Amino acid sequence: MRDLAERSEVVADEIHDHEIHDPELRQHNSISRLPHTFNFDRRGFFKVLGGGLLVCIAARHSIAQESGATVHHDHELPKTLDSWLHISENGQVTAFTGKVEVGQNVRTSLAQQVAEELRVPLSSVRLIMGDTELTPYDMGTFGSRTTPQMGMQLRKVSASARTVLIGMAAEHWASDATGLTAEEGKVRDSKTNRSISYAELVHGQKLSKIIADDPELTPAKDWKIAGTPAPKTNGHAFVTGAHQYTSDMKRPGMLHGKVVRPTAFHAKLISCDTSQAEKIPGVSVVRDGDFIGVSAADVMTADRAAQAIRAQWEAPSQISDRELFDQLRKPASDKDDDTEQYLLGSVEQSRGQAVKTLRQTYTVAYIAHTPLEPRAAVAEWKDGKLTVWTGTQRPFAVGEELAEALRVPTENVRVIVPDTGSAYGGKHTGEAAVEAARLAKSAGQPVKLIWSREEEFTWAYFRPAGVIDVSSGAKADGTLVFWEFDNYNSGPAAMRTPYEVANQRITFHPSDAPLRQGSYRSLAAAANHFARESHMDEVAHELRIDPLEFRLKNLRNDRLRAVFEAAAEKFGWGKQKNSSGSGFGIAGGFEKGGYIATCAEVSVKSGAVKVVRVVQAFDCGAVVNPQGLKNQNAGAIMQGLGGALFEAIRFENGRIVNPHLAEYRVPRFSDLPHIDVVLVDRKDQRSMGAGETPLTGIAPAVANAIFGAAGVRLRSMPLAPSGLPAQST
Amino acid sequence: MAFTLLVNGTEQHADVEPEKPLLYVLRDDLGLTGTKYGCGEGQCGACTVLIDGSPERSCRLPVSSAMGKKITTIEGLSRGDRLHPVQRAFLDVEAFQCAYCTSGMIVAAAALLERTPNPSDEQIISYMEGNVCRCGAYGRIIEAVRRAAAISGRPHNA
Repeated sequence: MRDLAERSEVVADEIHDHEIHDPELRQHNSISRLPHTFNFDRRGFFKVLGGGLLVCIAARHSIAQESGATVHHDHELPKTLDSWLHISENGQVTAFTGKVEVGQNVRTSLAQQVAEELRVPLSSVRLIMGDTELTPYDMGTFGSRTTPQMGMQLRKVSASARTVLIGMAAEHWASDATGLTAEEGKVRDSKTNRSISYAELVHGQKLSKIIADDPELTPAKDWKIAGTPAPKTNGHAFVTGAHQYTSDMKRPGMLHGKVVRPTAFHAKLISCDTSQAEKIPGVSVVRDGDFIGVSAADVMTADRAAQAIRAQWEAPSQISDRELFDQLRKPASDKDDDTEQYLLGSVEQSRGQAVKTLRQTYTVAYIAHTPLEPRAAVAEWKDGKLTVWTGTQRPFAVGEELAEALRVPTENVRVIVPDTGSAYGGKHTGEAAVEAARLAKSAGQPVKLIWSREEEFTWAYFRPAGVIDVSSGAKADGTLVFWEFDNYNSGPAAMRTPYEVANQRITFHPSDAPLRQGSYRSLAAAANHFARESHMDEVAHELRIDPLEFRLKNLRNDRLRAVFEAAAEKFGWGKQKNSSGSGFGIAGGFEKGGYIATCAEVSVKSGAVKVVRVVQAFDCGAVVNPQGLKNQNAGAIMQGLGGALFEAIRFENGRIVNPHLAEYRVPRFSDLPHIDVVLVDRKDQRSMGAGETPLTGIAPAVANAIFGAAGVRLRSMPLAPSGLPAQST
Repeated sequence: MAFTLLVNGTEQHADVEPEKPLLYVLRDDLGLTGTKYGCGEGQCGACTVLIDGSPERSCRLPVSSAMGKKITTIEGLSRGDRLHPVQRAFLDVEAFQCAYCTSGMIVAAAALLERTPNPSDEQIISYMEGNVCRCGAYGRIIEAVRRAAAISGRPHNA
């Protein structure tokens, strides 16, 4: 087994097109598209053939089953400084990145890294993000890669630029570069104490030099701007309501769109009558393949027009959530699947060494990201070129999706991502963008489309449900002997155990998923941590060993041990004993370069579960922005509590049963525990991402604490959607 | 139908259907996009505005019901460059991540402090329960409301 630290480096170093071969990344990218197959040229096609009748052809293209990943091109990163960095005549520094801001606060943390390496005040740095025309190609904002990859890239760019600027100053003064230093946006000559600003050196010209392969980077221990708390960029615009999210945008002549949705998943359009809608003044109706949509000058008219359309759909019969886990255990029909297996030693031959064996099954339900800003897009055509503003995590991929769907060359499509009202892995795709572009094409005017909450709950994709079997054996002293782990459908992320076990068989089995599924903050790491850390707790209790002691006994990795110890100390682990109604749980792990340990205290009263207190220790290397990182950890705990305790998508025969916030409960103020976040700042380690891993500890910590409080072992997420099961309290 | 609305102390005119939700009148007809659509079901609080000082879900409120009443949106809380104490506190504490819920949170909190200048945590939680923050910044939001209470003594007229 590769050492954890080595795995963390691998995570950091994998780049771009290679990423597509990584099964975990394939999960990020293999989200099926909504089956919009437009037939703009069908009329022309029939004309050529001399056909007289245009019939409603329910063209279903294989694209619906295809992967959402359309990375066909070699996207080599630009090597010159000017693609990444610009210094204006007044000294304003602009950095360019294809990453997007969706609340994870990388607009701030990336700017800190630029300011640090370039030696300029943070206030002079701004970022242009997620604009396919202005920023270098980027695969997307996911996988906690912004900090390790884009952070490192912009540090290299800025450090290279710093060296170039020092060289320019030496040339300007006709002196030697030795003794010249960069600080506060100036190059200073320590011998003569003269200085010249970057702005004067550059005169607003492009920095055309090549980025150095190995520029001198500032070690984290010497950071002055990175590594310190920085407030969110543009905070003022957010507290005054001035920030323009995609859904707030307005373009000249802009119409509002509305899509007529099928009655069930996989439904085919049998017939539709749009005549009543077309009679409404100012309404543009589009029917293309199975796509039906309208646009009008205001939302009320668009809604009315959509409701006036009579459409008949035919849908195949589909399974319900009651049959979900049986379905997931069946092998995927596609034999060319993504089964992934890790083997070590021999599980079979080592069974005899175990005095205690345990086999249990854990399940997780489908859940919805529920970003507060639903999918939204504004599409505008001008001279055959298409510009779309939309909240997506993958602007370049959405550009390709648009080009394909609208049949225009990719270079004629521009996607711009305004800072977005959250995503959590749920906005990898361009559904609203494609739909708005199609509507705008017919209307001949820009169209804004904002999905309703019900559409977001139904036609977006979900975090995969999963079934996980865990079988283990241990010696009386607590040494794990074998570890078998079979994950069906939820995914391979963080599937391997960080504990030292000589004999392992760990397998991911893909299934034919009944719902459209895809990325979610931490991917399957939340499910796999839940199963593994619940099981570890069960074994510890069987062996009558303290759950923390049991973990540490089987754990060699220093960084993981350190976060366990830091969390336990802050929490006061072991000082209070489980009692009826009050319980304590611990869980931890490693994923995406981050080490996490979470302690939870729960109270159980009359079957009602309340998470009272959470302590989470987190190590993601050198911390770039402690302010943002603490915020993100606390937020991940809160979001994770939803999936842990009560979130579940219910479905029946191709329909979502609970597509509203009144029926799909998300965490609210009253669910808030007292939260302490302990940052283990490792200045000697590379900075890694933190958007995802902080979500993975809470569910097993809570499940283990519930066992402590009520003596009942819950193995299905959500654990207690309506309190504890009656027989257990 | 022509409506005259009193929004943030100014008379505004909109020619819209009486049943059009106030949210869309504010956002699409009056260009006040600080108030957000989150669910359209009155369940998330992103669309919260003050009607005669009381927080209301503008996504469920027909514009006709807001006639003749004082409507306050997030844009109306600050006075020129001077932020409302709740806005100031949200900024100081950084009580947001994506910030899409922030307008609704701030408006709701401003209404709370008008009624209860020094709320307990329980009062804050109970009053704000209908406002959802999917990024989970609830702890900081409570801290910001406490801070706003402390810095304002008595918040200025919202």
